[in-house]
Amino acid sequence: MNNTARKLNGSEILIQCLLEQGVDTIFGYPGGAILNVYDALYAHPEIRHILTSHEQGASHAADGYARSTGKVGVCFATSGPGATNLTTGIATAYMDSSPVVFITCNVNSDLIGRDSFQEVDINGVSLPITKCGYIVSDVNKLADTVREAFTIARSGRPGPVLIDIQKNATASECEYFPTTPEEFAANPDGRIARLKATHHPSISYPEIDLRAIDRLADMLDRAQKPLLICGGGVVRSGASEEFRELAHRLDIPVAITVMGGGAFGGYDDLKTGMIGMHGSQASNMACDSCDLLVAVGCRFSDRVTLNPAGFAKKAKIAHIDIDPSEIDKNIKSDLHIIGDAKEILRILLARLKKDRKNDEWKKYVFSFKRETEYDDPEDGNLTPKQILSAAAEILPQDTMVTTDVGQHQMWAIQHFRFDYPGQLTTSGGFGTMGFGLGAAIGVQAGNPEKTVLHVTGDGSFRMNCNELATEAYYKMPIITLLFNNSTLGMVRQWQHLIYHEHYSQTTLDRGPDFVKLAEAYGIHGRRVTDEGTLRETLTEAVNSRFDGKGWVIDCKIDMDEMVRPMVGGNSFITNFMLY
Amino acid sequence: MQAKESNQNLKRYTIVTAMDNEAGVLSQLAHLFSRKGYNIETIAAGWTVDQNVTRFTIEIYSDEARVELLCSQLRKLVPIHYVEILDPSKAIRRELMLVRVHAADRAERNEIIQISNIFRGSVIDITSDSITISVTGDDQKTSAFEALLKEFGIIELARTGIVAMERGEL
Repeated sequence: MNNTARKLNGSEILIQCLLEQGVDTIFGYPGGAILNVYDALYAHPEIRHILTSHEQGASHAADGYARSTGKVGVCFATSGPGATNLTTGIATAYMDSSPVVFITCNVNSDLIGRDSFQEVDINGVSLPITKCGYIVSDVNKLADTVREAFTIARSGRPGPVLIDIQKNATASECEYFPTTPEEFAANPDGRIARLKATHHPSISYPEIDLRAIDRLADMLDRAQKPLLICGGGVVRSGASEEFRELAHRLDIPVAITVMGGGAFGGYDDLKTGMIGMHGSQASNMACDSCDLLVAVGCRFSDRVTLNPAGFAKKAKIAHIDIDPSEIDKNIKSDLHIIGDAKEILRILLARLKKDRKNDEWKKYVFSFKRETEYDDPEDGNLTPKQILSAAAEILPQDTMVTTDVGQHQMWAIQHFRFDYPGQLTTSGGFGTMGFGLGAAIGVQAGNPEKTVLHVTGDGSFRMNCNELATEAYYKMPIITLLFNNSTLGMVRQWQHLIYHEHYSQTTLDRGPDFVKLAEAYGIHGRRVTDEGTLRETLTEAVNSRFDGKGWVIDCKIDMDEMVRPMVGGNSFITNFMLY
Repeated sequence: MQAKESNQNLKRYTIVTAMDNEAGVLSQLAHLFSRKGYNIETIAAGWTVDQNVTRFTIEIYSDEARVELLCSQLRKLVPIHYVEILDPSKAIRRELMLVRVHAADRAERNEIIQISNIFRGSVIDITSDSITISVTGDDQKTSAFEALLKEFGIIELARTGIVAMERGEL
């Protein structure tokens, strides 16, 4: 490492610090306040900058990139509206614990606080939706702030961090001393050292409680009806293999949350499917009957537990999580272990009493359906299951999937067999409609060799379909599978079931023509209304992958299709409104 | 405040925390309380032996389970050094109150000074028709003092909010 100091301006220091962190891809949008940074970027072709149509698209792309690669995503935006356009993306990343560093620039220090052109306190705005936020007005503090931001974004429970740099700090010069993330973290005088020494939950966790692990091993040994929940923490921690080994050695059925998709084998016989509001009967019935529930990296959101008073009421609950503030937040646990899931499961596997079989319990659990079952359509209309089964058969098995939010999201998660961490990118916590296309761009940028499928609905897609311009320009062969029911399907479903069929403002009897829209952006578009054409189109899409043009496949489905099963909000988990 | 105290489940909690002494930490702290649905009853801050560290004493009404959750959320803020809930039986809690009160004549003035002496208050300022007194104590003492002065007519009143620490072990 070359330790000689050089005098550089703030923008160049920022770029050097990104290079220190191994950043090779940035998503963003330039503007007045961030001009100096883009000027420095001009001289660094080794960093790929992806220019989106809108800052929100860039924010989701950086998030999708982070989730699908395990690296920290980076997103640039200018001051004022550029910065506020990021906020939905920041909140989405925050709710799903995705490590993204958002870098905004603000007006000059001497203009701060005067309601200057394009001035906003973005650090204040994003306070409740970031792990940590920084304002940099002094170039001398820039380098260490960037380094600290990356450390915090990726450590502990990952999450988004915002750095707001005032324009003068991007222009003034100071000495730049190169370092590495390891050297930086080891600096005994830095803040990271204090955070580490105190096991601060933002980057660390206390020593793992081995006695609690032994108690859990004992509980697992005595349980007659154990159930595992695979949460998003298993994905983030990379604990997939350990989790699978635990399930198999003890022969325990596994329910999967939306965020846990991919962490447990999609084809595994122990999989009961999704749990919660649209959970499978097998998952929800198992949860209700089990005598031991072990939740790994799962925060027991209301969409998983529904009415917490009746959740797993016959079971002892063991909760493994890296974030101490999740323990007993939504569901009271009988035992908790704080730490990294991979580390905890590794220790647990070494301390298990004996391997076992749970044939009788499994027979009970799997007597319930683990997948949605549809009746064959009588009217010849396409059904969600036909569409997704065709996609699963025709697209490569390792296709990476992003979704928007609504019915199509639930269908996709129910029907695809996500088999590795990162295969599914979806906005689980924040439920951000308009997330999917931006995320797909990030996923494709981070995984150029993979086929990327973007599953969306007509409501979600219309929100941010401007990013088709980005997809087309960067020659990303993303396949958009559009479930077009001319309605906001999930809201309509609630209106149908709960609001007396008052379809208030949910019918989307309007344009655009999505095929023409795709063509206007210079990519392939096709409308399909039957299974045969769909299969042909998907095959063509796979085969045309190397022409660098994406696809929009507009699948017409019935507006009264519903997501099944369904449990009403705050009911007991077995109280199905729909089977 | 009265309404809250009448709710059986809510107790007054004293939370002390130390944070890096830098711009924005107070808003981070206050924001977390408000977004978790708390009203801060009192908050007092100042640096400690280390001028880079600010110590806050915050009092809120809560129940035991929720206050623990709140503290584990607080501990996640990066500038936080530690968070403790003080044990009421061991806590020393003090605030300073300044009060300016009407004193129309000599008799009233004397009476106010006598009351103040009982409370170990000190007269800070005196004019022909008012007296300003400072008094230190826990909120029960300052509130009792306030109640006794009410009949004279309080012109202005200010409290610092509680600062607290635990008693040393014997």
